Amino acid sequence: MIMKKKNNSQFFAFVRKEFYHIFRDVRTMLVIIGIPVIQILLIGFAISTEVKNVEVAVYDPSNDEVTNRIINQMDASEYFNVTRRLKSANEADEVFKKGQTGLVVVFCEGFGERLYHTGDAAIQLLIDASDPNHGTTVSSYAGSVIAGYQQELLQETNVPVRINPEIRMLYNPEMRSAYNFVPGLMGMIFMLVCAMMTSVAIVREKESGTMEVLLVSPVKPIYVVISKLVPYFIISWVIFIIILLLSVFVLGVPISGSLVWLNIFALIFIIVALSLGLLISTVVKTQVAAILASGMGLIMPVMILSGYVFPIESMPPILQWISGIIPARWFVSGAKKLIIEGVPVRFVLKEMLILLGMAILIITVSLRNIKTRLE
Amino acid sequence: MKDDVTIINCQLINKAQALKDVSFEVKKGEIFGLIGPDGAGKTTLFRILTSLISADSGQATVDGLDVATDFRELRKHIGYMPGRFSLYQDLSVEENLQFFATIFNTTVEENYYLIQDIYKQIEPFKRRRAGKLSGGMKQKLALSCALIHKPVVLFLDEPTTGVDPVSRKEFWEMLKKLKTEGVTIVVSTPYMDEAQLCDRIALIQHGKILSVETPEKIIAGFPKKLYQAHSENNYLLLLEVRKNPEVKSAFMSGEYLHIVFNGEADETVPNLKEIGPSIEDCFVYLIEN
Repeated sequence: MIMKKKNNSQFFAFVRKEFYHIFRDVRTMLVIIGIPVIQILLIGFAISTEVKNVEVAVYDPSNDEVTNRIINQMDASEYFNVTRRLKSANEADEVFKKGQTGLVVVFCEGFGERLYHTGDAAIQLLIDASDPNHGTTVSSYAGSVIAGYQQELLQETNVPVRINPEIRMLYNPEMRSAYNFVPGLMGMIFMLVCAMMTSVAIVREKESGTMEVLLVSPVKPIYVVISKLVPYFIISWVIFIIILLLSVFVLGVPISGSLVWLNIFALIFIIVALSLGLLISTVVKTQVAAILASGMGLIMPVMILSGYVFPIESMPPILQWISGIIPARWFVSGAKKLIIEGVPVRFVLKEMLILLGMAILIITVSLRNIKTRLE
Repeated sequence: MKDDVTIINCQLINKAQALKDVSFEVKKGEIFGLIGPDGAGKTTLFRILTSLISADSGQATVDGLDVATDFRELRKHIGYMPGRFSLYQDLSVEENLQFFATIFNTTVEENYYLIQDIYKQIEPFKRRRAGKLSGGMKQKLALSCALIHKPVVLFLDEPTTGVDPVSRKEFWEMLKKLKTEGVTIVVSTPYMDEAQLCDRIALIQHGKILSVETPEKIIAGFPKKLYQAHSENNYLLLLEVRKNPEVKSAFMSGEYLHIVFNGEADETVPNLKEIGPSIEDCFVYLIEN
């Protein structure tokens, strides 16, 4: 009992010391807290929902009364300026590439005729959705202009007509909006804070020679490293909550899933990231090597292969397979389900179990790697 | 015959640091000095004795505990101060001491009497970060931290390297005081003048122990007569003396040349005077023979 008490006080002494290290290193503190806040705010301010004076190009092969009225109405609205007439539908691509046009309206042949005779005419709306929010707004405004005309026509002629707008989002067909980036951002930040910071913190002891003194003490080396993880675990959780708050109140991300499960899920991922940091620290000898290993080995793959930047579905099969061993990939997919889709927790069970398995595996390997002596 | 530190045939075969046939015993309560130049293998030896690295072959016991197999128990009973300042630079003096007391399962109060003399010199700066202390104060803090758990054996690896002469003198006075508390001290130093302050010394060179004796006996064992000489240009004189077939060895020691002749002294050397040998002279003699 006494022994246990002593072990506890040793452990707390270590944890307290670790907090001193973190809080006294102003630069590290700024990095840890600053990066998530800045990234979230950047994403937040990069989103512009205001849509005005979008340049519209029109391909109108029928050029009849109906199409002209639709075009005029569109031009009259404050949202659209019809600036170009295209000679063929194929020009649309070119026009988009020049970059000014946000919407191309393509009418079918004999639009007016078909509308009056069959009561059914097709109109295609091609939208530049490289900025997803902008794209959706353009689509809904254009849709409402067309729907408005349809309404008008109904009152005039009393003939039920149907205009079928076929909407195609170009350049970003998945409609990945900015807040879809939040889970990926979390994944990257946890890798940065947990894996990089912990590995650096542990290796720093080796580099500064304090590990030598700690090893020649009754403290088991395993306590030394585990006590390093505790502060970063707590800090990561705080950062997670900061990101969540900023996402909700700055980005307006609706958190539709269970908050409790979201936290539990994030904590599991934080443990995985911490154990990766631990693993790196048992292998490398210098802080620079630790930064390189976690930067190149963890953060880069998270950015590229987790689905944060590039959608996993559109990767070649081999990269999809590789992305399976990247913990952040499972975190991003699970967090998306919990935050954006708001599904019950049983749908993220797979992700959760995979992350748990990874945590157990990595911790086992790194604990075996911890040395009781210098090399 | 229960020696506090007994080291028998400790061998380390290592490309960079080769220890060959290192064998000596340290008795309870003595100050045992490891004297040798940089790269002689002192730090390697310390690391083996403190269980930080394993010897490739051979065996060593410290306080009756085998450094290879009983290292867990051993680590409760020894204090180690590495050559490089190895405390937390961003923690204050007080926090460092508290921390090391806690990890050794003790409190600062419990063994305060042991470090009192040292610690009260740095106590006025107890809220200062350890990284901002002067070299001498850092060493005092490091010694306090290594002593706070009242170790049976204290290993000090070059504790006075890079420390000013006044602090060095103070440091050795502290070690003498610790000795009266019954702490066995194994200390290494490249400074020959500090060798005289040890109870017994081991001269070490290229991973080999040349001699283990009390400083007095080492000096008494100097087999020849030693002379000193000096001139306007000592370097030219040294070159000249070395050409003399009568001269067995000659080297510069401070402002003087120390010369050993094969037979009778050659009186033509300027300002020649017979002197008593120092540890340094003995060390040089041992190396050259």
